[in-house]
Amino acid sequence: MSSNRSLEPSALSLNDLPWQIRYNNDRCTLCGQCTAVCPVKAIELKVYRKRKIKTSVKKDQQHTNQYDTFYGIQQKTRVENACIGCAMCTMVCPNDAIAPVKNPGLDRLKFHINQQGVPRRRGGRRNSSESVLDQIKFTRISMLTDPALDAGRHEFEVKTLLGRVLSPEDSMKQLKEKGWMPPVREIYPLIIGGMSFGALSPTMWEGLQMGVAYLNEEMGMPVRMCTGEGGCPPRLLRSKFLKYVILQIASGYFGWDEIIHAIPHMKEDPCAIEIKYGQGAKPGDGGLLMWHKVNKLISAIRGVPQGISLPSPPTHQTQYSIEESVAKMILSMSMAWGFRVPVYPKISASSTSLAVLNNLTRNEFAGGLAIDGEDGGTGAAYTVSMDHMGHPIASCIRDNYLNLARIGKQNEIPIFAGGGIGKNGNLAANAAALIMLGASGVQTGKYVMQAAAGCVGTEEDRCNVCNVGICPKGITSQDPRLYRRLDPEDVARRIVDLYLSFDTELKKIMAPLGRSTSLPIGMSDALGISDKAAAERLSIKYVV
Amino acid sequence: MCRLFALTSKDPVSPMLAIKALDVMKEGHDGSGVGLLLQGLGGPLEEMKDAPILSGIFTEEGIRRLDLFMMEKGFLTKYKITLKLPKEPVKGTPKRDIYLIRAYELPEGWEDLSQEEISQRLMMIRIQIRLMGEEKQDMIVFSFWPDTIMIKEIGDPMTLGTYLDLDRKELHARIIMAQGRQNTNYAINLYACHPFFIRGFCTMTNGENTAFIPIKDFLSTRKFPGYMGYQSDSEVFAHILHYAMAGLDLGIDAYKHIITPLQDEALSSHPDAEFLSHLKKSCRPLIIDGPNCVIGTLPDHSMFMAQDRKKLRPGVVGGKPGMFAFSSEICGLDAVIPDRDKTKDIQPMHIDTAIVSPDRQEVKICRQTEALNLPL
Repeated sequence: MSSNRSLEPSALSLNDLPWQIRYNNDRCTLCGQCTAVCPVKAIELKVYRKRKIKTSVKKDQQHTNQYDTFYGIQQKTRVENACIGCAMCTMVCPNDAIAPVKNPGLDRLKFHINQQGVPRRRGGRRNSSESVLDQIKFTRISMLTDPALDAGRHEFEVKTLLGRVLSPEDSMKQLKEKGWMPPVREIYPLIIGGMSFGALSPTMWEGLQMGVAYLNEEMGMPVRMCTGEGGCPPRLLRSKFLKYVILQIASGYFGWDEIIHAIPHMKEDPCAIEIKYGQGAKPGDGGLLMWHKVNKLISAIRGVPQGISLPSPPTHQTQYSIEESVAKMILSMSMAWGFRVPVYPKISASSTSLAVLNNLTRNEFAGGLAIDGEDGGTGAAYTVSMDHMGHPIASCIRDNYLNLARIGKQNEIPIFAGGGIGKNGNLAANAAALIMLGASGVQTGKYVMQAAAGCVGTEEDRCNVCNVGICPKGITSQDPRLYRRLDPEDVARRIVDLYLSFDTELKKIMAPLGRSTSLPIGMSDALGISDKAAAERLSIKYVV
Repeated sequence: MCRLFALTSKDPVSPMLAIKALDVMKEGHDGSGVGLLLQGLGGPLEEMKDAPILSGIFTEEGIRRLDLFMMEKGFLTKYKITLKLPKEPVKGTPKRDIYLIRAYELPEGWEDLSQEEISQRLMMIRIQIRLMGEEKQDMIVFSFWPDTIMIKEIGDPMTLGTYLDLDRKELHARIIMAQGRQNTNYAINLYACHPFFIRGFCTMTNGENTAFIPIKDFLSTRKFPGYMGYQSDSEVFAHILHYAMAGLDLGIDAYKHIITPLQDEALSSHPDAEFLSHLKKSCRPLIIDGPNCVIGTLPDHSMFMAQDRKKLRPGVVGGKPGMFAFSSEICGLDAVIPDRDKTKDIQPMHIDTAIVSPDRQEVKICRQTEALNLPL
């Protein structure tokens, strides 16, 4: 702009942007790959004009100007083209000439991502690296009083239960009377949390399924994956691999027409049914698949028209009381599979979680409770929901477990924790901490995307464009030009890597605590934290 | 690591036999305490099989409060064994006023009660006395049960045995369990001393119970008032035993399936696979993680030994018809039954429960892979 012209309020300078492109003209070959790959068109080829003034000291010689041009890359400053920091430009640059750098100051973009009155929506996470789970240490190490176990050589049983477990007395009674035993699955305690077909690209989904199948069939690890709210591909519904899948039903009921019709053709029962009432990333808000991603395939699987946004209602339409909503839905779902499949609700962590749990304790068909904390991820949500709504997972899990323990039902309703587990890369430590606080297992999504598919999202508001289908890694895109970047075989291999390394790390935590034959659920005496208030709140040791 | 020794004998024998075994295993415990259980009593108490015997340690004030309390409940003293103590106390042992062993006549009106009701009432009275004692620090009660004496004290087992004159005939017994304590916590609470007794079931253990907290949380919410205390992480072994056999009506062959269940293939190929799979799930919080060697007795005076899943603790069973012993180390066994056939000594492994039934003819090994006697 010129200095004497008026300014648009949302006219920003480079300094106002959260990510700034550092560009080295000396190394650039002008190949154009960076501008082609940028998902938000934040950079463009620019012709720069350069003027050199040649002054003269001689009287008879005039001062002259020399004009020149050169080519280079320029960063755009418009709101819609603000760099997202994904660094794909760096990845494709053959000469290391370009890279986004986080603005060390406070950016101004935040004040302007609401053009046309639409607040910012994005995918991703809360964008805060703070983590109580990371602060928890495992302090009860077996020393001389009892020998620490050998994580590499001792026999371990790293499994958990999903489903309603009867009390020993009720179990004996039912066995004696040959009564109904609720279905219970023995599964691996790290579940791939609900990421829908639609939110994820076909290649990502296929890769996850292949990885899960390999872990089960070849490695003997009973790993399970939840579909999220987007239905399930018809071939998978009719395959033997369905037993490794937790089918999710949520308030939009997407894909359930297909699922219900496939029931008579199912060779295997699904592992479980998860009824989603809430999601940690956007509690009290429904699922959202924006129109950009609703192509022919997705519309067919979900049973909806193409090219429209799919916002699920915040609550199930049947929900005018917890009894109606939870009890009837659990019963309906149980009945659909002849009471052979565990059915459990998933809710956002909330100060009202205890009320849900108490209700479930009185419902003999409730197979567990999944609680998703504020650090959970999402494919699309309003930023305000992601950043400001929700409850931390640690204290919510602890409260719920202690509440169950008070009434002696801590083994009867398994609690699964989700939301931010491994958000700073400490997956096994976070999972172990939650298990010792009382979770029967954990669910994780973002870590899987990061580790198995190279998602570039971080807790610094990097990328986060999953919602509009322009994922530069092809993980959350429905555009074949993008998702072809991801080879399902590679994703499957990385899933196996992830689980095997998680398994070793979990054993490296359990073994020194003298635990191996059962998952240390509720072993809170092993935990310590150097924050006194947190120690008190979680009823664990304060250590300094 | 504590040292354990248990003896089951056709004829009553002196508790000093077990103390002697602890003494030869002295390298393995620090002499910081001893716990004794005596059942199948000889001597005068043999004639009063139904009279509950209260065992504990009392101050003068405590005994006065106890007498008032018991009188109020309608209990009359039937017989008592007085442990006269030498004037000079032994080093390291606190001075006590009274080591109480007193048999009571059941109150009037109890004759028509069911055995279950009597058992429950006796347990509740023991708990009441314990709580009263904890309040004023004047009473410690170990057991209140027919044909059962328990003695626990801080100090070296052999020194204490002599000091308390345990060799006397009145204390001869057919079932003796003894533990030489390796003290891992400095503030010794006698309630943390093994063996642990609950309604005819008794266990002692060595090793640390790493899964203690979840197990304790589970037991203490079973709505059974006897599942309390837990000054020691080993107390849960006795309570799990009681819960399995009295609560769930299972046999001793199922105990190990609760504390150390089978895994994967061994479980699925078991003759009672379906039952065990349900048992494992519903009793999941009771799975121990060792390292533990558990020795116990049952109300019918069977004696058993079970090891943790990895068999990380030593333990040996041997003897001859009429007398068998369960010991942490072979030297303990040698000291008490030297004339046994040593080739028949058994060291139970990770899936074994070694059981000597009340006829004391042989050691039976019950493997977890074998079919169970189920109450179904």
